[in-house]
Amino acid sequence: MTFFAAVGAILWKDIRAELRTKDIFSSMFVFALLAVIIFNFAFELRVPDMKMVAPGIIWVAITFAGTLGLNRAFVIEQEKGSMAGLLLAPIDRSAIYFGKMLSSLLFMLVVEIILLPLVMVFFNLALLTWQHLLVLLLGTYGFAAVGTVFSGIAVNTRAREVLLPILLFPVVLPILIAGVKMTGALLDGESLSSLSNWLRLIAIYDVVFTIVAYLTFGFVVEE
Amino acid sequence: MIELRKLTKAFGRKIALRGIDLRVAPGESLVIFGPNGAGKTTLIRILSSLSRPTSGAVHIGGLDLKTHADGIRRHLGVVSHAPLLYDSLTADENLRFFGRLYGVSDLEARITLLLEQVGLAARRKDLVRIFSRGMTQRLSIARALLHDPEILLLDEPDTGLDPQAAEMLHRLLADLSGRSSASRMGSADLPSNASGASRSDANNIARTIVTVTHNLERGLALADRVVILANGRIVYDADAGDLAASELRPLYDEHVGGSR
Repeated sequence: MTFFAAVGAILWKDIRAELRTKDIFSSMFVFALLAVIIFNFAFELRVPDMKMVAPGIIWVAITFAGTLGLNRAFVIEQEKGSMAGLLLAPIDRSAIYFGKMLSSLLFMLVVEIILLPLVMVFFNLALLTWQHLLVLLLGTYGFAAVGTVFSGIAVNTRAREVLLPILLFPVVLPILIAGVKMTGALLDGESLSSLSNWLRLIAIYDVVFTIVAYLTFGFVVEE
Repeated sequence: MIELRKLTKAFGRKIALRGIDLRVAPGESLVIFGPNGAGKTTLIRILSSLSRPTSGAVHIGGLDLKTHADGIRRHLGVVSHAPLLYDSLTADENLRFFGRLYGVSDLEARITLLLEQVGLAARRKDLVRIFSRGMTQRLSIARALLHDPEILLLDEPDTGLDPQAAEMLHRLLADLSGRSSASRMGSADLPSNASGASRSDANNIARTIVTVTHNLERGLALADRVVILANGRIVYDADAGDLAASELRPLYDEHVGGSR
């Protein structure tokens, strides 16, 4: 079995299971939507222009909702010992990582694609541009790349729901900062080329953490 | 050939296995008995490459498990008390998924054959979450056999099953290993197509089987050789031969009595 076929099989399995249960999508989407609504009501009385706080609200909602999804992605693997079933297969451990990471990325992107039009309505902002979507894609990729590794670590602990954000949030801070800065700047009318330093930061982050995750995931999931 | 040399495993201060030396010949069915905490599951986890030994060596088919785990996993089928299946997939989807991971050729035919053998052909499109424990465990056996492994590792496969389902499962395992359990076991309540179909498949392959179980009678029905493990050590190792369950009980009590 080739590496890519194994990644594809794991991705297919996660999509198939999620289409049936909608466990991950529904928890992520409801949480993200509620976060946006609550922030909207909390800020609209005191903030003169919602454009000032909207980037932060979007990225906080994505980060928290993504954490929920990452937690769930590995809990599903543990429930009937199916993670052991994956580890018993004659495939490279990193294929498991990429399969799980791509499914988490996909589920997060679907949530974002549905959430963005709602945010546009709430805050009266134009967010469905390719520049915004590119920033979201790069940021979400980095978040999923790091989060999948930490989720693999946290799932074997008793306090996994608490441990994942404690491990993950400090490490994804560069993504959060770059995402908020770029989304804010784009809303202010700046061009993407003027944000090349932030774009470079997020792209380097994505590449570096993908390589680190590829090299370390085997140790993470082994006893 | 499975060969363990001076195998130890410690979890912090707790020592689960203390210098295990063991050889299992090709085609042999070894059954390991022992009380809770004897180290049985730890031993199976190490053999299946899910856990690394603290010291010692494991060679399977002449290959060192430490350095050739990927290659060795291809030849292992594992049935555990956890089913290692996905609740939200159907029986067919589960087998299809694991079949793809193992690179099984002619997967469709293999799935059909195995589902018939374990008596689940009619439940192929049903979600695993609605299966009874016995059905789930039979599907788990089908999953373990998908890639036609030469070595089967069975970790208390009858845990949580009612006596009827446990007997059905053991008859299935006996048939799949090419051993009829009829001489030692009681009545047959296997699905009508399970026993006969599996025997024809099993007869072509001399699978090496390592089983750990609490159940002396059912374990003995599968055994060519019996090992008793207590406190992480092998305290008894002999051919099953004509050993009867009634003889095994006092032997077992004698060897593990102090460790329970």
